[in-house]
Amino acid sequence: MLGMSANSVSYNEQSSVESGVDAAQENSSIPASSSGGLFSADYKKNEDLKEMLESSKESLKLEAMKRIVGLIAKGKNASELFPAVVKNVASKNIELKKLVYVYLVRYAEEQQDLALLSISTFQRALKDPNQLIRASALRVLSSIRVPIIVPIMMLSIKEASTDLSPYVRKTAAHAIQKLYSLDPDQKEHLIEVIEKLLKDKSTLVAGSVVMAFEEVCPDRIDLIHKNYRKLCNLLVDVEEWGQVVIIHMLTRYARTQFVSPWREDAVFDENSEKAFYDSEEERRVEQSKPYIMDPDHRLLLRNTKPLLQSRNTAVVMAVSQLYWHLAPTHELSIITKSLVRLLRSHREVQYIVLQNIATMSIQRKGMFEPFMKSFYVRSTDATHIKTLKLEILTNLANEANISTILREFQTYVKSQDKAFAAATIQAIGRCATNISEVTDTCLNGLVLLLSNRDETVVAESVVVIKKLLQTQPSQHSDIIKHMAKLFDNITVSMARASILWLMGEYCEHVPKIAPDVLRKMAKTFTSEEDIVKLQTVNLAAKLYLTNSKQTKLLTQYILNLGKYDQSYDIRDRTRFIRQLIVPNEKSGALSKYARRILMAPKPAPVLQSAFKDRDRFQLGTLSHSLNSQANGYLELSDWPAVAPDQSVRIVEVVKEAGAPVFGKSKPGKSDEKFYSDSEEEEEEEEEGSSSEDSSSSSSEESESESESEENSDDSNKSSSSQSDSEKKKKTLKNKKLQQQKPDILNITYLPTQIIQKALLLIIRTKFFLMHIVLSFSNQFVASCRCSLLCLYVFLVCQFDTISWDVRVSLQASSPVFVPETSRELLHRMTGKGLSAQYRFTRQPCIYGNSMVSLQLTLSNSSDQALENIHISEKSSTGQNIHRFNAIERLEPQASVTVSMGVDFNDSTQAANFQLCTKEDEFSVSIQPAVGELLLPITMSEADFTKEQSKLVGMNESSATITMTPENVSSQSVNRKVVSVANLGVIPSSQENIHRFAGKTVSSGCLVLVSVALKDPDAVITINTENTVMASMLLRQFKTALTNSGP
Amino acid sequence: MIHSLFLVNASGDIFLEKHWKSVVSRSVCDYFFEALERATEPENVPPVIPTPHHYLINVLRHRIYFVAVIQSEVPPLFVIEFLHRVVDTFQDYFGVCTEAAIKDNVVVVYELLEEMLDNGFPLATESNILKELIKPPTILRTVVNTITGSTNVGEQLPTGQLSVVPWRRTGVKYTNNEAYFDVIEEIDAIIDKSGSTITAEIQGVIDACVKLTGMPDLTLSFMNPRLLDDVSFHPCVRFKRWEAERILSFIPPDGNFRLLSYHVSSQNLVAIPVYVKHNISFREGSSQGRFELTLGPKQTMGKAVESVLVSSQLPRGVLNANLNPSQGTYTFDPVTKLLSWDVGKINPQKLPSLKGSMSLQAGASKPDENPTINIQFKIQQLAISGLKVNRLDMYGEKYKPFKGIKYMTKAGKFQYFDRIHILFKCFFYYLLPI
Repeated sequence: MLGMSANSVSYNEQSSVESGVDAAQENSSIPASSSGGLFSADYKKNEDLKEMLESSKESLKLEAMKRIVGLIAKGKNASELFPAVVKNVASKNIELKKLVYVYLVRYAEEQQDLALLSISTFQRALKDPNQLIRASALRVLSSIRVPIIVPIMMLSIKEASTDLSPYVRKTAAHAIQKLYSLDPDQKEHLIEVIEKLLKDKSTLVAGSVVMAFEEVCPDRIDLIHKNYRKLCNLLVDVEEWGQVVIIHMLTRYARTQFVSPWREDAVFDENSEKAFYDSEEERRVEQSKPYIMDPDHRLLLRNTKPLLQSRNTAVVMAVSQLYWHLAPTHELSIITKSLVRLLRSHREVQYIVLQNIATMSIQRKGMFEPFMKSFYVRSTDATHIKTLKLEILTNLANEANISTILREFQTYVKSQDKAFAAATIQAIGRCATNISEVTDTCLNGLVLLLSNRDETVVAESVVVIKKLLQTQPSQHSDIIKHMAKLFDNITVSMARASILWLMGEYCEHVPKIAPDVLRKMAKTFTSEEDIVKLQTVNLAAKLYLTNSKQTKLLTQYILNLGKYDQSYDIRDRTRFIRQLIVPNEKSGALSKYARRILMAPKPAPVLQSAFKDRDRFQLGTLSHSLNSQANGYLELSDWPAVAPDQSVRIVEVVKEAGAPVFGKSKPGKSDEKFYSDSEEEEEEEEEGSSSEDSSSSSSEESESESESEENSDDSNKSSSSQSDSEKKKKTLKNKKLQQQKPDILNITYLPTQIIQKALLLIIRTKFFLMHIVLSFSNQFVASCRCSLLCLYVFLVCQFDTISWDVRVSLQASSPVFVPETSRELLHRMTGKGLSAQYRFTRQPCIYGNSMVSLQLTLSNSSDQALENIHISEKSSTGQNIHRFNAIERLEPQASVTVSMGVDFNDSTQAANFQLCTKEDEFSVSIQPAVGELLLPITMSEADFTKEQSKLVGMNESSATITMTPENVSSQSVNRKVVSVANLGVIPSSQENIHRFAGKTVSSGCLVLVSVALKDPDAVITINTENTVMASMLLRQFKTALTNSGP
Repeated sequence: MIHSLFLVNASGDIFLEKHWKSVVSRSVCDYFFEALERATEPENVPPVIPTPHHYLINVLRHRIYFVAVIQSEVPPLFVIEFLHRVVDTFQDYFGVCTEAAIKDNVVVVYELLEEMLDNGFPLATESNILKELIKPPTILRTVVNTITGSTNVGEQLPTGQLSVVPWRRTGVKYTNNEAYFDVIEEIDAIIDKSGSTITAEIQGVIDACVKLTGMPDLTLSFMNPRLLDDVSFHPCVRFKRWEAERILSFIPPDGNFRLLSYHVSSQNLVAIPVYVKHNISFREGSSQGRFELTLGPKQTMGKAVESVLVSSQLPRGVLNANLNPSQGTYTFDPVTKLLSWDVGKINPQKLPSLKGSMSLQAGASKPDENPTINIQFKIQQLAISGLKVNRLDMYGEKYKPFKGIKYMTKAGKFQYFDRIHILFKCFFYYLLPI
């Protein structure tokens, strides 16, 4: 007992010392000797937090976590609680869990081993049905900066990037940057994810993925091409922060892809910089052919313009800089108002905006001149704001407005803020040099200021006058005299030095006064500042050369004083001057030139804006604001002389839905089928294990979509040049295979995950795999990676024969057959020249899951252009219609293809709507054939029979027909059925039974069709819950199969 | 993007820190403190401060510096705008944004910051979304939570986050459906001694408080939309509609928000509703100065000028002021040299005046500037620009809301040396036909 208590005491002591050390490190101001009681109390506090965390009561735990978060917020160290906190990571209480997350993200880096305990919880949460939980799990997982989990992060990001929820995908985009900063070696894989996410159509994702792009691979401009137009079009709907990032990225992009719009309208402000003007002119000579703006360039300018009205100042600034860097000069003026509006915002916003205006106003005064009054300084402005406004006013000054500006400046000089008053005097000096008409006025004004009571004002005036006088000294000897008189009263060294310099430089204009000033200086030399001493030495030397009779002795006296001065500079200067001007035996050839050296005419200083060179940085950036290159600043490239290929941006979204998909959709091309299927399965393998049926089907959808996007080019031409398109197809496949390689390699990085996946696959596959598992596990011991790779490839190759579990059976596949026939929607006679045709594309609709995708071809057969063709907002029947974007103008004899979506709600009721042009409205209606209300799906034969056995009785309808002889072949049966209805063909082991499967578009209910041939009869069986549809389908199949002909 | 955030109070202490990436030592703030020391006024700290490895971007609101630590190139306005948004959110949640309020609600603050940024990139900044994720603290909720054990944290992803109207939460229900719009205008004018206007601009905002059930779709039209020279909208406003018809059409967020801010250009003549006559003089060699100030209404279209408040920064040499107001009360702070005079309502028959003497520091030279005078007031029922709302309609919901529009002109006025700067605001209140 005694021993135990002693133990515990010593333990406590030890730990209290430890905590004392901790605390002392944390707050070194507390003397270490006073540890003991104070710190042990502190330690106790943490101890009771630990107890609270370990209690069973949720509320106590929560309270403890709240206090811990309080500690973190104060910057106190709470890392010793890590083990106690991490236990609660799986808590059901969402607030508690969130606070634990906060804690984990803060300390995981320090406690990497313990942090690993929490990983499995996140992995589980990544599969939670609640998207918020999935997203926050990914957020925390990716925020834990523990290098060991890089592979897990990579995998999670890949999975999340195909998640159904755009919110999760957005989180994945953020996680990309986190992983990249943790392990830059993952760059290649991350770029793949970025590429995938860039294709995402959700506005939520766009900003985040572009951010990731900017961080990870800003140089991969090729990834943007295909997404450029989409980004431009989405921009208005993207959240405001994303807008800023996208606009900055697009600015850089546009500078590499388009030619300069500036050359045609090189008519600049007459005041603009000369050099700039010249270069423009050169360019104009070089390129004489007329400039036509790339439509994509125009698209960007047009789509960003409304954002100038944004409430977010960063967005307005981003658009302004985009216009500044990309827009033709005459369009630039639209940004002025918005920028001026921002000046009413917070102080910090004003600061940045004024900096940018200052840079702009140097190049183009005209832009801001009408708003000059907005830059008038207010007494309540902060000093840096005042200085910037002054800068802008000075930049804007010209002959016409200079009197107004000078009047304004006069009031500023009286400001109580002396730094500002001094800056104003400098500004007056700049105006005086820039505008010769007012030089005298300014000079007189400045001379008046010399009698100001405030010393800084006087000093600054002297300095500025000095600079001004250099331009025309001969006319102003009276001013120099006046300044000599003031000399005694001026104490600011810079001003004294300036006067001395003036005396020396223009001693010929004031021959009587200068020696007297030197005499005074000789008296006070030792007590002057260095800068004044230097100028005194200069003055002495200059006077010695011009008027040695009067000043010889004075000069020698001063040189002697300088010789023993404390400052190196002054001793050096004195020695130099003495050798130069005093002739002695040692002095060489140089002293002959002393006069020419010292009295050489000096060029007048150029007073110019501090913002002169800022335009080397992109406006609105941190680098511009600091006037030095910040980390990670991306240079804005110069316009290319010749625009790169424009076609890289072409993505024919409109036709995308109508494009028949290659490969698996075309029967009879078995080699291609092999490839395309395996691709798909690889996809699945990457994602399948975690994402459940819904997400895997979505991933496939997105895959097929992206594929069709890629293929769209070729597919459109396919009818005209079949061989050509096939060639392309092959290269495409090759490309695809190449793309997959890294995936495979990547997966071998992750043994645990792949084992899980492989096993899962094996369990799912039904036959002949058991022995593989056995052999696999043996090999696994030896070299798991190799065997896994083998297994992986093997599985991929064998996939055709593997049957899937029912859960994956409802995947929509691409249509087997897409009819080319179009139906008439509007005849050109009734449509007053406008004719419209529609056809069903049989693709999943991109506008909504329950919509049927339609392709509309509108042609203008009149002799006048039709404007603003659109579908009226009012729909007479209840269907939900996704309208195509209004067509602004359709030229005579031109036609355009657009796509739209209609939710027929699984009924063949016609959709009626109004097709409108600018002048007219035409009522039209689309009546779908029942077969178009389906989407094909793929499933195994076994699944088919299983599902069929569930849909019997009322759900089954069948009919016996007599087949025409030419229809008996299996090919023709297949063709007939799929042409009537959009169904998928199920591989059948029996030759005389053909099976087809599909689902209804709106409700997604299964439709199974089987045709059993019993020569010469055939039995058609349809199993579906939608009996109305079944009977209609049955009727159509009957007619199709009994009729001969194609 | 944003690496860390430090909150610094007026006395220069860091009282909160938050890191979104790996931890940045708080010693990075030393560079900020250096700048703070150099600055003569709290406002004079430069907003962007470079340090060897980081960049500090700060904003000052409510006497708290919000210092963001940046590691690489980012548009500075992006950070500044975000920091202001953080302050707005705190204000929205806690009513005030003071050090005490932040310390009291440190957990909510942390939860908010966690939601607002992910890896330094803004995630959710819409007040409506945040409020669904993290409920604002109220006394009632605290009590309920302690009893029932429920939490302040939402379990579902806010619907707005995914929808096309991210600013509005779904499932809004009110028993009284109300929508109020305040039209507030400020005039910023510079007037010289003789009373003539050098420059005047009107800056207006329409602040709304909308408490409507469901998903109402509102349209607001003006009698004279041409007055609005330059506008900026809340994201809810449909820009196309405005471009085409000059009608504000929007699905409003729930609660308070700024629908629109606008600018009426200086080209339009602005009638200044108040004039000032002042005579402030000091005599050389004397320790006394005279102070005389008279206010009067001018072009107020018959509306009363109310809640007038005059304040003036007197020169540093002034030790004390002994003044006599004809109405209202005045105070003089000898430390800051700030004179403020609460005038109340201006009676056109008997103009308010403030007269008296000032005592100066002995031996000090005569102050040569005229002090700055700043005047604030309200005029009810008058939007100084003449902007008038035509009608407000609601679509998409069936109930009849109670609608109100209030107009107000608010002014702040400074004399700048020998001229005056003015800011006005005015209120106007009437009910629209429903």
